[in-house]
Amino acid sequence: MKHLVRALRGVAFLGVVFSGAASLMAASPSLAETTLTIATVNNADMIRMQGLTDDFTAKNPDISVKWVTLEENVLRQRVTTDIATKGGQFDVLTIGTYEVPIWAKQNWLVPLDNLGPDYDVSDLLPKIRDAVSVGGKLYAAPFYGESSMMMYRTDLFQKAGLTMPEQPTWDFVIDAAKKLTDKSSEVYGICLRGKAGWGENMAFLTAMANSYGARWFDEKWVPQFNSPEWKKTLTTYVDLMKQAGPPGASSNGFNENLALFNAGKCAMWIDATVAASFVTNPKDSRVADKVGFALAPNTGLGKNANWLWAWNLAIPAGSKKVDAAEKFIAWATGKSYTELVAAKEGWANVPPGTRTSLYQNPEYLKAAPFAKLTLASIDSADPNHPTVKPVPYVGVQYAAIPEFQGLGTTVGQDFSAALSGAMTVDAALAAAQSSTEREMKRAGYPK
Amino acid sequence: MARQPSPARVLTTTVAAWIVGFLIFFPILWMVLTSFKTELEAFSTPPSFLFFHWTTENYAAVQGRSDYVHHAINSIVIAGGSTLIAMLIAIPAAWSMAFAPSPRTRDILLWMLSTKMMPPVGVLVPIYLIYRNFGLLDSRVGLVAVLCLGNLPIVVWMLFTYFKEIPKDILEAARMDGATIGKELVYVLTPMAVPGIASTLLLNFILAWNEAFWTLNLSTSQAAPLTVFIASYSSPEGLFWAKLSAASTLAIAPILVLGWFSQRQLVRGLTFGAVK
Repeated sequence: MKHLVRALRGVAFLGVVFSGAASLMAASPSLAETTLTIATVNNADMIRMQGLTDDFTAKNPDISVKWVTLEENVLRQRVTTDIATKGGQFDVLTIGTYEVPIWAKQNWLVPLDNLGPDYDVSDLLPKIRDAVSVGGKLYAAPFYGESSMMMYRTDLFQKAGLTMPEQPTWDFVIDAAKKLTDKSSEVYGICLRGKAGWGENMAFLTAMANSYGARWFDEKWVPQFNSPEWKKTLTTYVDLMKQAGPPGASSNGFNENLALFNAGKCAMWIDATVAASFVTNPKDSRVADKVGFALAPNTGLGKNANWLWAWNLAIPAGSKKVDAAEKFIAWATGKSYTELVAAKEGWANVPPGTRTSLYQNPEYLKAAPFAKLTLASIDSADPNHPTVKPVPYVGVQYAAIPEFQGLGTTVGQDFSAALSGAMTVDAALAAAQSSTEREMKRAGYPK
Repeated sequence: MARQPSPARVLTTTVAAWIVGFLIFFPILWMVLTSFKTELEAFSTPPSFLFFHWTTENYAAVQGRSDYVHHAINSIVIAGGSTLIAMLIAIPAAWSMAFAPSPRTRDILLWMLSTKMMPPVGVLVPIYLIYRNFGLLDSRVGLVAVLCLGNLPIVVWMLFTYFKEIPKDILEAARMDGATIGKELVYVLTPMAVPGIASTLLLNFILAWNEAFWTLNLSTSQAAPLTVFIASYSSPEGLFWAKLSAASTLAIAPILVLGWFSQRQLVRGLTFGAVK
């Protein structure tokens, strides 16, 4: 009994320590100024914005900014937990085009109606603006936008007597990849994503499938992996990568392929348009002066194998600092920010893919030789009509439903296994079909 | 008398030990080397081992962008605080289980360990909601509490196995001499179990220092430790390997120094008691 009393005293003591410390934390002095906590991803454009924050705080002396920079997947989990539980840890969130329509429908985001008179909403690229709007209302402001396109080595093409058309077909790309592969000198015809994940190999493969006339679901939300179009897509991809891809391609994502391309190991690479500035930068790339650009390939069915994505700034519902957050978003995504970056870091470093005026600016077009094709790629992707046949979902390389992250990653694992040879193409498609059917049924589709 | 091993055998064992040691240490060495390369050299193939243009630009970039000292202090406070509280709770708990066991002691020990079998993400939302309601999100106190509770089962188990090795008779003799439970713990048990306690303390500190799930999910900026600092340099879209390596090197530096100075206790503790 004596022991029990002592133990209870100990527990009570610890409780006092914990609660005392907690109240000390809670009682920290409140600042007269508004402090915005901004969650963002570690991409070059975001880091640049972080470095230019002084311009914003100089214009808004009553607002200070705290940055929380995280890796994309960590950030996604972190902000999803916070917004779903109304944790209120962030005042401005960096979210992708996938989250915007889903979160807006959940009423998790504040509509951005008040970005100020100088914020020219009509200047936003129409496709990007559509992607971040629900019911005609803007729920996030695009910070930078991207599509995907073909990047290729002009020197290798010239040597092989090949000419890349501005709009290549898959047949041309497959033939060229085989011709350009020289495994003895470790040069591979084509580098494509193979690492499993809804934002990794499935971003590329879904876009490629769109160009082959495939789709994730029919109008009644029935999965379509048993269709001949998906079989053609996956067979072509696996065969092409086996014949002309680098070894170990099933573990290659954006960064691995970027490293391969920059090291001169890939003759062609289809990936995010944002890569164009990396592969043409002599500080990052050994082949900076030997890179050409073209649209992502198609099969003549009217859809190219390119996606559409934008990183956007949004305000979580329930935020107590909406006014200050809106001011920040208007600053970071407005036209004057573009000019600020250009003045401090040069036009080539301006965040691309959000505003029409940028693509009419001769200085930008001169500094960014890939600008024309970036714009053409963004324009050719249509999130509202992403496929040849009709679909019930929005999104080019994803279906904007909450279940897609899990579905995409599971299917991505099957397709990555097909690429590594652990599964046959037929088995991978059958597995994708059955897991997607099961999950969609469990989630109650059609809704 | 044991036979002296032959010089050839000593040499073979030494060389083998050095090779194994080097292989285990190689990823850390590679990370340190990469932190002194330019981004272009960081992914060059074939990779250059020592003959590259050494630069400290990554450290300058990391220091310019993030407040390393703030994150490091948070790590020390969180790892240190959670370790100390865990030890304060675990020493008496392990004492009672080792020297005054009840019929349920075994079950309690197994039950405690079973809590480690659940993936933390399973309780993320309830913990997040509790922390939100108590204002503990992004606070050092909150992180100390969660890491302390998370590591307690392992700490209790480790101490229990060390205490079990200590003969009960010595404690009984102390009791015969009139020692209270408190005195018995402080003056008799603790000095005898110092290697075990020291290694438990160090391991718990390292576990808390490296813990990434709770620290990433429950902190934003005020209480963010070095795990958050590293996570801010990882990027799926852009090659920042040299900067990431510099950030990681800075993050592990304090724990590496601590481990270096306390390796004797660590090794002694790990070879003492049942955890062998």
